[in-house]
Amino acid sequence: MRSYHRPTVLDDALRARAAGPCAVLAGGTDFYPARVGRTIEEDVLDITALTELRGVREEAGHFRIGALTTWTDLLEATLPAWFTAVKLAAREVGGIQIQNAGTVAGNLCNASPAADGVPPLLAFDARVELHSVRGTRTLPLREFIQGNRKTACAADELLTAVLVPKWGDRARSTFLKLGARKYLVISIAMVAAVVETDAQSVIARCGIAVGACSAAAQRLHAIEAALVGRTFAPGIGAAVRPEHLASLAPITDVRATAAYRADAVGTLVARALEELAREQAG
Amino acid sequence: MNKPAELEGRAAQISFMLNGVPRRVAARPSDRLSDVLRESLGLTGTKVGCNAGDCGACTVLVDGRQVCACLTAVAQVEGRTVQTVEGLARGTRLDRLQQAFLAHGAAQCGICTPGMLMAATSLLARNAHPREEEVLDALGGVLCRCTGYRKIVEAVLAAARGDVALVQPDAGAAVGARAPKTDGPTKVTGAERYGADRWPEGALWLRPIRSPHEKARFEIGDLAPLRARYPGLVDVVTARDVPVNGFGIFPDVKDQPVLAEGRVRFRGEAVLCLVGEMSEVLRIPESEIPVRWTPETPQTEIEDALEHTADPLHARNPDNVLIRGRVAKGDVERALATAAQVAEGEFTTSFVEHAYIEPEAGFAERVGDRIRIFACTQTPYMDREEVARILGIKDTQVHIVPSAVGGGFGGKLDISIQPLLAVAAWKLNCAVRGAYTRPESMTSTTKRHPAQMKARFGCDRDGRLVAADFAGDFNTGAYASWGNTVANRVPIHASGPYYVPNVRALTRAVYTNGPVAGAFRGFGVPQSTIVHEALLDELAEWAGIDKLEFRHRNAIRAGQATATGQVLKASAGLAQCLDALRPRWKRAVLGAEAFNHRAEAAGRLKGVRRGAGLACMWYGIGNTVIANPSTMRAGLRPDGRILFYNGAVDIGQGSNTILAQVLADALGLPMAAIDSVMGDTDLTADAGKTSASRQAFVSGNATRLAGAELRRKMIALAEARPDARLRLESGTLIATDADGEHRVDLAELPRDPRGDVLSAEGHFNPPTVPLDQDGQGVPYATYGFAAQMAEVEVDLELGTVKLARIVAAHDVGRAINPTQVEGQIHGGIAQGIGLALMEEFHAGRTENLHDYLIPTFGDVPPIEVILVEDPEPLGPHGAKGVGEPALIPTAPAIFNAIHHATRVRLRHAPATPDRIRAALLMTLG
Repeated sequence: MRSYHRPTVLDDALRARAAGPCAVLAGGTDFYPARVGRTIEEDVLDITALTELRGVREEAGHFRIGALTTWTDLLEATLPAWFTAVKLAAREVGGIQIQNAGTVAGNLCNASPAADGVPPLLAFDARVELHSVRGTRTLPLREFIQGNRKTACAADELLTAVLVPKWGDRARSTFLKLGARKYLVISIAMVAAVVETDAQSVIARCGIAVGACSAAAQRLHAIEAALVGRTFAPGIGAAVRPEHLASLAPITDVRATAAYRADAVGTLVARALEELAREQAG
Repeated sequence: MNKPAELEGRAAQISFMLNGVPRRVAARPSDRLSDVLRESLGLTGTKVGCNAGDCGACTVLVDGRQVCACLTAVAQVEGRTVQTVEGLARGTRLDRLQQAFLAHGAAQCGICTPGMLMAATSLLARNAHPREEEVLDALGGVLCRCTGYRKIVEAVLAAARGDVALVQPDAGAAVGARAPKTDGPTKVTGAERYGADRWPEGALWLRPIRSPHEKARFEIGDLAPLRARYPGLVDVVTARDVPVNGFGIFPDVKDQPVLAEGRVRFRGEAVLCLVGEMSEVLRIPESEIPVRWTPETPQTEIEDALEHTADPLHARNPDNVLIRGRVAKGDVERALATAAQVAEGEFTTSFVEHAYIEPEAGFAERVGDRIRIFACTQTPYMDREEVARILGIKDTQVHIVPSAVGGGFGGKLDISIQPLLAVAAWKLNCAVRGAYTRPESMTSTTKRHPAQMKARFGCDRDGRLVAADFAGDFNTGAYASWGNTVANRVPIHASGPYYVPNVRALTRAVYTNGPVAGAFRGFGVPQSTIVHEALLDELAEWAGIDKLEFRHRNAIRAGQATATGQVLKASAGLAQCLDALRPRWKRAVLGAEAFNHRAEAAGRLKGVRRGAGLACMWYGIGNTVIANPSTMRAGLRPDGRILFYNGAVDIGQGSNTILAQVLADALGLPMAAIDSVMGDTDLTADAGKTSASRQAFVSGNATRLAGAELRRKMIALAEARPDARLRLESGTLIATDADGEHRVDLAELPRDPRGDVLSAEGHFNPPTVPLDQDGQGVPYATYGFAAQMAEVEVDLELGTVKLARIVAAHDVGRAINPTQVEGQIHGGIAQGIGLALMEEFHAGRTENLHDYLIPTFGDVPPIEVILVEDPEPLGPHGAKGVGEPALIPTAPAIFNAIHHATRVRLRHAPATPDRIRAALLMTLG
């Protein structure tokens, strides 16, 4: 280790970030696994003392998930019913040990194609807030995550919050994860879906995102377009067509073949929609 | 602001509440909390299994919440409260979770126990009466490789109810009792010392450097610049420092170098070791180590290795075939030609990793002209021989002190870190310690052999088996290890636990550039059982006979001859196991078929289908043919204690406990009268390795004999009658018989060099007859039998399998401790589930516990264990082994259940969702 800096105010952290390259440490759930069997030999910026960044707050137009909000914090927060997909994803991030330490923001910054937190937030049209000594900017999550382990975070920036725009009271969401075991499993594929209907059960807007089937999780705009204007009722799953999934680029790895992912993801999307439609139908 | 670079390595002072006591410790802020607890504060109850948050063994509570100590920077606990396993008990009083873990057999090897206890502690603090699913969720972040999780769930629920009473059997009533583990208290308090938990002050750290290539030539360049740059690096140990650079299980196949010489044959092979001050050795980047690699095209598959023999793995095996195994009886071709029906099929399996939660660890120190090694092992006496041979010294100059073993399953039968530590300590004349990282443990140690098997089984019109023809190639990887044993054991078992008059079973173990395949719970029999159980199902269907009844009809019974011509004399309880399963089986089959009938309405390949599958197994207890002795010793101490010199290493399976039960009953004393020393080669006799399911049977007998002999001597000493009741009080032996009470003051009696007043040995070597060239003979003195039933639900669209229940009926001869036996069966089933559905090791790709999947809490369904006790006349109290039998039938039962559910036969293990879906599409699509 060269230096270890654990500031208590954001400005100090930003100045440290601007001073030169350093590894940002929060929950440690990605930091340490990447350093098995060796000592830490780099400058570390530990942001866990920036207590102002912890917690979920309702603000005008969106919910603010502070960068130090852990998955457990999120699970314990009182949130509207439509937030379900994020909570379901939170329960899938490792075991409770990981959920107690790992942060929502860290999951986004790590930018794994199989990050459980990304598809639901992507489906919700979440934005991220980035601070640096140069100023503050927000950008859509889909622009922030640029690929496998690649983000738009500049070397001097810190992700300070995830902003989840508010959906209507009638919106409902879900998250389905497919893996080869029950706990502690990296997804073969996963789907998050949020659907908002009008008073006549017609789909007014929706967000459907798929993870682990492309270098970065993706929204399935083709399905979304096909769904808007349709009545949301059981049987809606049949609306999913192979061409809706054409933008995905699944790979073959130790978890599954590309062909299987391409096949299974259609089932997952259909099931997610079906589940929400049944829930809506009561 | 960034601190200047001169702060490099400087420690900070961190203050926090630790187990209720304020502590202040000097540490680098980025140090893992787990390392600080263990190294600086001496609290080794927090275990390190992966350093990556994958296993949860290091779970501690920070401000009451469970976190992985390995992922927590120590700076982050400043001002907070930390609770570790050492904080649970109040003095010697265990808390209710610890007590429940003992009472319900929730700890086997114990390496995951601290993590489990901490996770459960945080659960019960929030939720005093959790439901089962809540227990699963709360503990789901901790992996266990021994227990199959069910007894842990049971223990947590029992703790919540306050159901924590321990069984303490009376004198003479220990065998058959659910006695708690004798080494249980140290496992639940964190006091147990595993390989990484003890080291001499000032010991240097050893870090091996390993090949990133599967096949390569290499040269080690000038090491002087490295040593100049890192003054804390004391030495770099290379092959030149190894006196005799070859080891291996068999006396004639010492083919594996301690450190490679110019050539590596598998990824993960060690080429040199950095030895020095721990933090210095761990900070050296691999890129600065001057090894020049010339990679070559590896032969990792069996076909590659059989074809490409221009450059064989080992000169003494020019065709890359390590060994061939063969069993032949009768005329297979003729019998198959005239059989009413023949079923045939090809099946393959993958490399499977033991994935014990304790990575290899220990220390070595030179003590004069001797070397002492403290490390995890399944076989101290073989370690002693190997280390002596490698160092070129006498066996008696090597002292092996086995640590507690955090899981073995066959993977700790081969030496691993021991010779590296020994060579360094011997050369440098100081203490050297080390612990493998998880990736290092996974790449460099042995695996289960991948198998390519094909077979034909034939039956007559009445559904009686007439012939079995089996051929299997086993990928033994780069070095022999236990490949010989696999190649020899499989043919004996390949026709299954059935009476088959005509058998031909041929095997080859083939060298490749894959990881070294060695011993893994079952030595190849789990693989070959997948084959015969699939074919039995097919024949039963053809014959129109229920699959259970078909097996029952063919089950080998006492009086019948095995494939090797051995006529079983007794204790062949397969038919009884099937009888026990029958009512459950009928219900399961009917239930599944009724469900599927309704489910068909959803359409082909839609929805879920249920299935029930059955599989049987048999397993020879003890080494195959070769001598298999165990010697046990017990002494009476001057203070009136019994000291059990137990040469058998307990790797979690419970030999410490069941052998103490046998000894107690042989002596006629309560278990509490016995102290034990385990596996120390200076103190105990050679009880043989903990392998081949042999300790209960072989060492159990030796223990019984030692106990009986010691009892005779105690009776003689007291001048009492043979049926006298013995008691021991502080320093006094009291024998009570019809003549009254006879008291002997032990403190005044002469003592032998070990300090015993009386001492006795027992010796047992199971009778076998060598196999002839057709594999005919008596390879084992006795066999375990079992039948297991799996109930599954298959999601046709996703290819996923949900296990609903497993019922396991095992003929164990006699359950010396039913809790331990059930524990073995649960754990074996969990590993069988892994083999069937998820476990597949790929060098370079699955070298951690998140890419290599083992079953978690949520993957093991409720298990019902039925113990069938068809006593083995040769066994202690009728007992035989169960460790490996537990695993063997599980995967084939699951495969058969999937077939029942879907009509699709999986031919490769593991049957991952993508493979199942592909098979469904191919067959039904």
